[in-house]
Amino acid sequence: MYDFDVVKPATVAEAITALGQDEAQPLSGGQTLIPTLKARLAMPSVLVSLSGIEEMRGVRMGDDGQLCVGGGTVHAVVAKEAQAHYPGLAGLAARIGDPAVRNRGTIGGSVANNDPSACYPAAVLGSGATVVTNAREIAADDFFEGMFATALDEGEIVTEVRFPIPEKAHYEKFIQPASRFPLVAVFVAKFADGVRVAVTGASEEGVFRWSEAENALSGTFNVEALSGLSLPGDSMISDLHGSGDFRAHLVAVMTKRAVGALV
Amino acid sequence: MPKDGGIGASSKRREDIRFLTGEGNYTDDINLHGQAHVFFLRSDIAHGVLNSVDTSAADGMPGVVKIFTGADFTEVGSIPCGWQITDKHGEPMQEPRHPVLADGKVRHVGEPIAAVVAETLSQARDAAEAIVVDITDLPAVVDMKQAVQDGAPKVHDDLTSNLCYDWGFVEENKGAVDKAFEDAAHVTTLELVNNRLVANPMEPRVAVGDYARGTGDHTLYTTSQNPHVIRLLMGAFVLGIPEHKLRVVAPDVGGGFGTKIFHYQEEAFCTFAAKACNRPVKWTSSRSEAFMSDAHGRDHVTKIQMALDADNNFTALRTDTYANMGAYLSTFAPSVPTWLHGTLMAGNYKTPLIYVNVKAVFTNTVPVDAYRGAGRPEATYQLERLVDKCAHELGVDPIALRRQNFITEFPYATPVAVEYDTGDYVATMDKLEEIADFAGFDARRRDSEAKGKLRGFGVNCYIEACGIAPSNLVGQLGARAGLYESATVRVNATGGLVVMTGSHSHGQGHETAFPQVIAEMIGIPEEMIEIVHGDTANTPMGMGTYGSRSLAVGGSAMVRATEKIIAKAKKIASHLLEASEGDIELKDGAFSVAGTDKSVAWGDVTLAAYVPHNYPLEDIEPGLEETAFYDPSNFTYPSGAYACEVELDPETGHVTIDRFAAADDFGNIVNPMIVSGQVHGGIAQGIGQALMENCAYDSDGQLLSASYMDYAMPRASDLPFYTVDHSCQTPCTHNPLGVKGCGEAGAIGSPPAVVNAVLDAMRSGGKDVGHIDMPVTPARVWAAMNG
Amino acid sequence: MTEVKMTVNGKPASGAVEGRTLLASFLRDNLSLTGTHIGCDTSQCGACVVHVNGEAVKACTMLAVEAEGADVKTIESMANPDGSLTVIQQAFQDHHGLQCGFCTPGMIMSASSLLKDNPKPTEAEVRHYLDGNICRCTGYHNIVKAIMAASGQDVSALAAE
Repeated sequence: MYDFDVVKPATVAEAITALGQDEAQPLSGGQTLIPTLKARLAMPSVLVSLSGIEEMRGVRMGDDGQLCVGGGTVHAVVAKEAQAHYPGLAGLAARIGDPAVRNRGTIGGSVANNDPSACYPAAVLGSGATVVTNAREIAADDFFEGMFATALDEGEIVTEVRFPIPEKAHYEKFIQPASRFPLVAVFVAKFADGVRVAVTGASEEGVFRWSEAENALSGTFNVEALSGLSLPGDSMISDLHGSGDFRAHLVAVMTKRAVGALV
Repeated sequence: MPKDGGIGASSKRREDIRFLTGEGNYTDDINLHGQAHVFFLRSDIAHGVLNSVDTSAADGMPGVVKIFTGADFTEVGSIPCGWQITDKHGEPMQEPRHPVLADGKVRHVGEPIAAVVAETLSQARDAAEAIVVDITDLPAVVDMKQAVQDGAPKVHDDLTSNLCYDWGFVEENKGAVDKAFEDAAHVTTLELVNNRLVANPMEPRVAVGDYARGTGDHTLYTTSQNPHVIRLLMGAFVLGIPEHKLRVVAPDVGGGFGTKIFHYQEEAFCTFAAKACNRPVKWTSSRSEAFMSDAHGRDHVTKIQMALDADNNFTALRTDTYANMGAYLSTFAPSVPTWLHGTLMAGNYKTPLIYVNVKAVFTNTVPVDAYRGAGRPEATYQLERLVDKCAHELGVDPIALRRQNFITEFPYATPVAVEYDTGDYVATMDKLEEIADFAGFDARRRDSEAKGKLRGFGVNCYIEACGIAPSNLVGQLGARAGLYESATVRVNATGGLVVMTGSHSHGQGHETAFPQVIAEMIGIPEEMIEIVHGDTANTPMGMGTYGSRSLAVGGSAMVRATEKIIAKAKKIASHLLEASEGDIELKDGAFSVAGTDKSVAWGDVTLAAYVPHNYPLEDIEPGLEETAFYDPSNFTYPSGAYACEVELDPETGHVTIDRFAAADDFGNIVNPMIVSGQVHGGIAQGIGQALMENCAYDSDGQLLSASYMDYAMPRASDLPFYTVDHSCQTPCTHNPLGVKGCGEAGAIGSPPAVVNAVLDAMRSGGKDVGHIDMPVTPARVWAAMNG
Repeated sequence: MTEVKMTVNGKPASGAVEGRTLLASFLRDNLSLTGTHIGCDTSQCGACVVHVNGEAVKACTMLAVEAEGADVKTIESMANPDGSLTVIQQAFQDHHGLQCGFCTPGMIMSASSLLKDNPKPTEAEVRHYLDGNICRCTGYHNIVKAIMAASGQDVSALAAE
């Protein structure tokens, strides 16, 4: 790692001030950022640690019936505390990485990083959640802008994610055997007014909604509704672990399995 | 009843206490006073001309002690290769110079170009980034078959080509083998890849060099399986330090699996730099660095053919293999695809005619050398995949075909130069049928199919040659070292023993198992015996631990030394008991006079040896300490039969190992618990190779699987409980313990069973693809199922 | 350099660190607690697992300054005060759940976290819980067996030795 200073603000406001410094970067759970720093792929001069900000932690039901998860909430807490309200989300959180990673990694960090193979972006997009920052509220559909790219401005942090709670939801993951990240994973959420299907791990563009599947499932919510639907392999990630065609195929299989788990 | 001590007891491991409490002493735990740290600037280009290395901007950076480049090592020797192969024309292999730091050219990604010694590792790395390296890119050669084409880029300009050697074995048999193929009723042909692997012991390599100006003594602490070998190779061939001025210490070592046998540049560098900087110099590899600097394993491309007569008897076998050496010759690299591979091609079968051709090839990749099994997994995989393919082409049961062709009489001289002393392949296959529950397979398959899954069953046999030696034979075969092992047994005055062994334990449990042997011989508690290993200063010259040789060779040396101890102790006892030496018996820790009730305890005899007041000083010296060097007369030949059952998800191509059974014949067993553990670990590595591990390069020589993000290490959730059995025992006939070695069997015997099972599952799903290459990833299975 | 203070194995610990100093390095280099091992640089292997405020974390993926004020437990504190092995450690020895010992500290720390949350885990639960702990020696057979035995379950019938 290159050297850097670390500041530990106690409030969001202090964090935003600290992030105004040159080459400042937020540090959430660090489960992606620290390995990146070790590889010297980033060179911040200041890391603004978000882990001491009490107001960014916790899982609560909002007055509007949405599940509000503080941006600094670690996966293990979401896995436990969202279970009663939104088991589909809790189930996803309970299988991110491994137990030690889940005790440090946060939803805000994961969403802000938008790794094309991360789990949380699928839940956020698949739920039609709202990403709340220190400055504004951003709809999930507007938030994810491609691999490692989001609508966040420089110095803007994710303070909360608000999840509308679907009738039911399920996350189906096929892991890449080395990293244990998804090779392909699909989050299917059935709401009263329609179905959302979000896919992670597959596309060069990062997490995306499979609208064809959503339309079919919004008509009839069963596995058969998906028959014949497929995605083109040429826009999918192709690497050591699988071709674009294989990933495209897995998207269909994982979607069917997610739906199968819900009917 | 299980024994509670001695040979055959599952004694709990005494070394566990320190490891379970965080009190192990691994090389990275060693921090010497005044130590500096080194960071190696490594090439990110696979092949290029190294025009210049400009360190001027880095020299004055904070904490920098000294920066080294290839120019600092012009007076230093080449990293040596310990084995010379003679090719099929009688010519020696081509052997390139292997510099400590790159000189003139870079030849693989990861090759060290410069080394920055600084106060801290971070400072060293900061400064390394300020070094300006000017490299003119050259086309990289990665594919072995392309590498030997005319006009291919040459890895080494001073060699005639990229062909290290073209080895024929046994060359004189080639004509007869070809004739047998012409006469065959059936010929089965198989082309396959034995995938490149990275050994990945969990402890990355570390080296700490130290130098005492006042005495001129060098010390190297290193993560090695064989500190004496490192001392000899580095001292004599690289740095010119005589053994008596160089001490090499390998303390607790966190796994080796072969990759910590070899002498590496970083060891020579730290030893050299400690003197140049006059302070200790430490290098700790990161895992990512390990992927591009630890010697890799396997990487063979093979075409193999079997000839059968009309009755399905194997009549001849021939095989052509390209073996990747990487960019330089690692310590034992040339021996792996030849003497550790060609000699095993008979397998468990009485095939009368065999011809093996191996072309070893230089490429712009990390050097390849021995990894758990070393040549024998490659031989077993080819042969056992081929036999399965024969059976399917002929429409016969694969197990029956194996049984029909088993060697059944021993000793058996193979047509590939080795003589199996013992074995019982029918017995291990019978045992496998029992423990793997062959009979229940059909019901399990139906259950899988009811869930939409395919179930497959695969078996294979294996034979391996362990306990490498005899020295005079391996010398003829090109080894540049002896392959004996040593032990000094020092009995203390009050009766306790210390065994100083040249073997090295890095997970194998020698500290527990070796005392069991001596406890049995003398009849004293294991706790009275301590094992010392890993330090050239206090162990006799020994060749270390690899090739499943520690108990068979090192244990035998210990037995021989203990026999000398007992012989001398009997002399002392006969004096104390005033009886004839021939009448003295040793049992349960006491010497007695046969046929009388006169006896003297072990401790009284040992005390007499060191307090020789009443002692035959005119006949024997005081003291009780003996050394033995044991050089075996043959290899040992563990063998066995393995079965794997997989469940295959036809929609995703994912393969789950549902059941795995291993029936091994290791000869006599000292500690069954440890033996089972060795087999478990070997099986996991074999399953890893078969299903997920793959060290991949792109065509430019860039390493694609350069960290645990892309190199798949098997996890607990990827593996089942294994059923292992080692009750079939045909003791080795030529070592005093009758032991054969068990460290590599699991890794040798498991990959073909897995692949055979996957192919069986695919066939049951209506897809007979004939062969699928390892690793059998979901993507490959899916492509094969839908191809 | 920043002064960092925390409680390590029940005792106050402090030291001067850089911003980039990892908790694992602080434990190993500043406090000479070398039982916490570093086996990778991508947060996969788990040889560095320690407990921070009672939760398992990877000490190589946490900055030392982030542990300011925390209660940290390492492998060195896992035995009984008299040095004898605790139930989990003893089960690892009894069932040969370690060979080279390098991954073992992380395994013990993870196993102890698992059994705190789930006192009677199934085989599958144990295996999945160990997704972040890599062992190259044992093939996991005896690790899984040891953890199940430590939870008081009868493992004699699990699989033949």
